[in-house]
Amino acid sequence: MKNTLELLGRYFLLMRKVFTKPDKKSIFIKQFFTDVEKLVIDSIPIVAVISLFIGAVLVIQTASNIESPFIPKMYVGYMTRESLVLEFCSTMIALILAGKVGSNISSEIGSMRISEQIDAMDMMGINSANYLILPKIAASTIFNPFLMLFSFMLGLIGGALIIAATSIVTMSQYVDGLHYAFRSYYIFYSMIKMSVFSFIITSISSFYGYNASGGSLGVGKSSTKAIVVSSVMILVANLVITQLMLG
Amino acid sequence: MIKVERLDKFFGENQVLKDISIEYLPGRCSLIIGASGSGKTVLLKSLVGLHKPDNGKVWYGDVNFTQLDENGKKEIRKEIGMLFQGSALFDFATVEENVRFPMDFFTNWSKEEKLERVNFCLKRVNLVNVNNLFPNELSGGMQKRVGIARAIALNPKYLFCDEPNSGLDPHTSILIDQLIQEITQEYNITTVVNTHDMNSVMEIGDQVSFIHKGRKVWEGSRNDILTADNPDLNEFVFANNMAKKMKELMNR
Repeated sequence: MKNTLELLGRYFLLMRKVFTKPDKKSIFIKQFFTDVEKLVIDSIPIVAVISLFIGAVLVIQTASNIESPFIPKMYVGYMTRESLVLEFCSTMIALILAGKVGSNISSEIGSMRISEQIDAMDMMGINSANYLILPKIAASTIFNPFLMLFSFMLGLIGGALIIAATSIVTMSQYVDGLHYAFRSYYIFYSMIKMSVFSFIITSISSFYGYNASGGSLGVGKSSTKAIVVSSVMILVANLVITQLMLG
Repeated sequence: MIKVERLDKFFGENQVLKDISIEYLPGRCSLIIGASGSGKTVLLKSLVGLHKPDNGKVWYGDVNFTQLDENGKKEIRKEIGMLFQGSALFDFATVEENVRFPMDFFTNWSKEEKLERVNFCLKRVNLVNVNNLFPNELSGGMQKRVGIARAIALNPKYLFCDEPNSGLDPHTSILIDQLIQEITQEYNITTVVNTHDMNSVMEIGDQVSFIHKGRKVWEGSRNDILTADNPDLNEFVFANNMAKKMKELMNR
């Protein structure tokens, strides 16, 4: 318990250093766009592949579970859409990003810590936490919600592709289902979730990387911890946000 | 000038620095020597604020550095250059970007002015045509030179070097030592070098402080060190067989 509180205290102290005015605006903007590319744009291929396949699988699973003739087939599209928007495109993608982006951030910052690059920045009078972490947090919390939208669209396309390939239901039934009882609030809810999850991933991974010690073994350990803790915190935040916004 | 007054540093129960007082003067290479684990790196990091001392004061001129807040320390640090043991060059940046890094943050110079200064600093450490290389494309000696170029980029008043020769062959080590000495004298910098390399001591040690088990037990110049009668220092200086035989010859 004492250790957890100490860890939490160190996390908030680091965040206090992170959320200060950048030393130089132009450098922050440059770093921000570099991180948009590294953390968001570079994640597009993996998100695209997973979304396409999950969309297709959701269609097959839903169709195979609707056997009753009294349930319209358009529910395949409806259920696929709801599953994608409510849970898959935010929570599942965030868990995948916790692995991909989280390990990338913590190992990058951790390597800089053990090779004294962070000390070198501090020595120059540069706020290393602000320079290294703030652009990452800003880039991912602002742009990852659009990654969620992208994943949602590709999931729906994946569903359409499997229907075109197998005729498990007709395309018009699927499209009708997609339009049925559509609530744009769910998109908003999912984007908010993704933004919070992105903050969790980047801040926790940065925290573990920034405090890495013990050589390359320590960097590996900090990476693993970053992924595990981010994943658990994503699940907790998912519960809390869902209760707050849908409960 | 840097003045260290009665510095103590603890890690938990373990007292790593014990009542250290030293004065470092401009234009001189002051060396901190001692065996591994003696506390010299902790001392160096305490001087620059990377470790917070538990007791004592560090003065930069007439400013008490230990009592400054982060913003105050930041101002002093702009006058400090530091060469790290592993060079600590930024992996993500080219040589040119590494040397330009402090300029980007703390000057309003134009691109051309920065490039001119980068090239001047690189030329000063005898490096040419390396601007676009990344640190992993350089040899250990070249990395140290880039580290020195970055450290002097903003004309520092103080230069700290942590084990500048570690991992280098004897010839390159001497070149790096000479470079540090030349820069110190040329720009009248207060230079503090942390080393356990006796070649460096004999090459550039204007002032040498010997740290043993966290305590400063001897201070003098490179000329005094061979004739000093401190047993701990003698054990450190004459550790290998060749040095021991030299000592025997000297005693005869």
